[in-house]
Amino acid sequence: MPKQNRPDRTRRLILQSALAGLVTGCGLAWWPKGARAADAALWPKDAFTQKTEADAIKALYGKAADASDQVKLDAPEIAENGAVVPIAVSSALPNVTSISIMVSENPFPLAASYKIPPGTSAMVANRLKMAKTSKVVALVESDGKIYSATKEVKVTVGGCGG
Amino acid sequence: MLRVIAVLIAALFFAGARPAAAADAVNPDADFKAFRDYFTKKFPKVPLNDFVNGPYSMDAGLRKQWEAIEDFPPYDFAVDRGKDMFATPFKNGKTYGDCFPNKGIGVRQDYPYFDLKTGEVITLELALNRCRETNGEAPYSYLKDEMASLTAYMAFTSRGKPFDIKIPNDPRARVAYENGAKYFYSQRGQLNFSCASCHVQSAGEHIRTEVLAPALGILAAMPIYRSEWGGMGTISRRFVTCNSQVRGVPLEPQDENYRDVEYYLSYMANGLPISGPGARP
Amino acid sequence: MASTIRVRAIASGDVTEVQALVQHPMDSGFVKDAQGNLIPPHHIEVVDFQHAGKTVFTALWGPAVAKDPYIKFSFKGGQKGDDISVSWVDNKGDSDSLTAKIS
Repeated sequence: MPKQNRPDRTRRLILQSALAGLVTGCGLAWWPKGARAADAALWPKDAFTQKTEADAIKALYGKAADASDQVKLDAPEIAENGAVVPIAVSSALPNVTSISIMVSENPFPLAASYKIPPGTSAMVANRLKMAKTSKVVALVESDGKIYSATKEVKVTVGGCGG
Repeated sequence: MLRVIAVLIAALFFAGARPAAAADAVNPDADFKAFRDYFTKKFPKVPLNDFVNGPYSMDAGLRKQWEAIEDFPPYDFAVDRGKDMFATPFKNGKTYGDCFPNKGIGVRQDYPYFDLKTGEVITLELALNRCRETNGEAPYSYLKDEMASLTAYMAFTSRGKPFDIKIPNDPRARVAYENGAKYFYSQRGQLNFSCASCHVQSAGEHIRTEVLAPALGILAAMPIYRSEWGGMGTISRRFVTCNSQVRGVPLEPQDENYRDVEYYLSYMANGLPISGPGARP
Repeated sequence: MASTIRVRAIASGDVTEVQALVQHPMDSGFVKDAQGNLIPPHHIEVVDFQHAGKTVFTALWGPAVAKDPYIKFSFKGGQKGDDISVSWVDNKGDSDSLTAKIS
């Protein structure tokens, strides 16, 4: 049940962070010479166009995943709207180099994949599209092995017939 | 499925039932009390100010997702754009701020108001387009895009301020208020629902997966970024789509009836904080 | 012209939490327009975050990432006042970038 004053706190937090630490640009950002900008060549087209979860994992990592309770997958029981589902993944496993998220029933199960360099936490929060009720699978690459956690998220049609 | 049938039966049974208040004379204060009492009795655990969060005050699972989205909400772009628009003069050198009290900053909670000179309800959206036209600019669509950006910015500058809607001591104002109330409780469309069928009688219930927002404070979060729309929408957009969803013929945006129902609902929300712009499913 | 990127980077101890919101249609290619024609896929493919000349996070996104996408991650080694740079490229070759300060 809603905590007392929680919505006010949420609003104030938002107002605070809107004033502090938030930057938007005017589109012109000085790019240091030699630094790599986002490189389209990194995009694993093969993995993103696989039609099954198993094929996508194989294309991405070349090996199967073992279920592990060391992979924490935070996703709602019932999505408020399949167009925007907040999903977070974190893990206490050592030397995590990659986190990926699959939505099994999507036309292409691989939704997103994240490269984690040394020094970066094994954590990511994002918002995904889900076509319908589906398993969501979080994959974490740790010391070269792949671990997974799965949760079913229900997605149904909104009620207002719109 | 049974849930949907139950909602429909309840709606038909109770549709048009206005929380009991004075019979003949228009008595906004009595209405206000009855409206508020209905919702606080129906939802005793919801803090009064939380009603402005609509479905999220009604369902914990939805609320958690909403809080995740509010952490960095998609309506931020609209607020930024609105701020830029406010800072950009019209061709004649005037700005939006010249049309509003306090340069348009922190005034959203006073809208709509009844204009005694013209005898009509002025909503924020109407005032913005009239500002444009008075200054030689073409009006914007009332439904989204620029109008949503402007109202998003103005709502943001009023966040936390309580609704302060006035009904002046003038028969025309009382007529407009009462017309708004009548519109709210009148059934329409093939589905034969009134606004009240869903947002009063069935507030907090599910209609398929959606949780119906309580009518108390329902406009406080406007304009909203709806996941369903993949973008922003104004009060006008919501009224139009709501009419369509009950398979009725929508009115033109800013039709007198829409402005009057906005007046009624906003008056019912007096004292509740502006929470807009908002994010919704 | 306003940037499509909004970044919030907050250092707390030796960990910097980064949140970014990007304005992008993220069209999946599965949705039809009012005329019944498929809207072609138009989505960000790669988002790169850099600090002190090194990539600290890379997002590889497919069409199933939500419209106006959001990302949150955290990394060690950033300090208040440091620059953090974000850039993205989409499947049409469009791109945008932004440099912000960690607060």
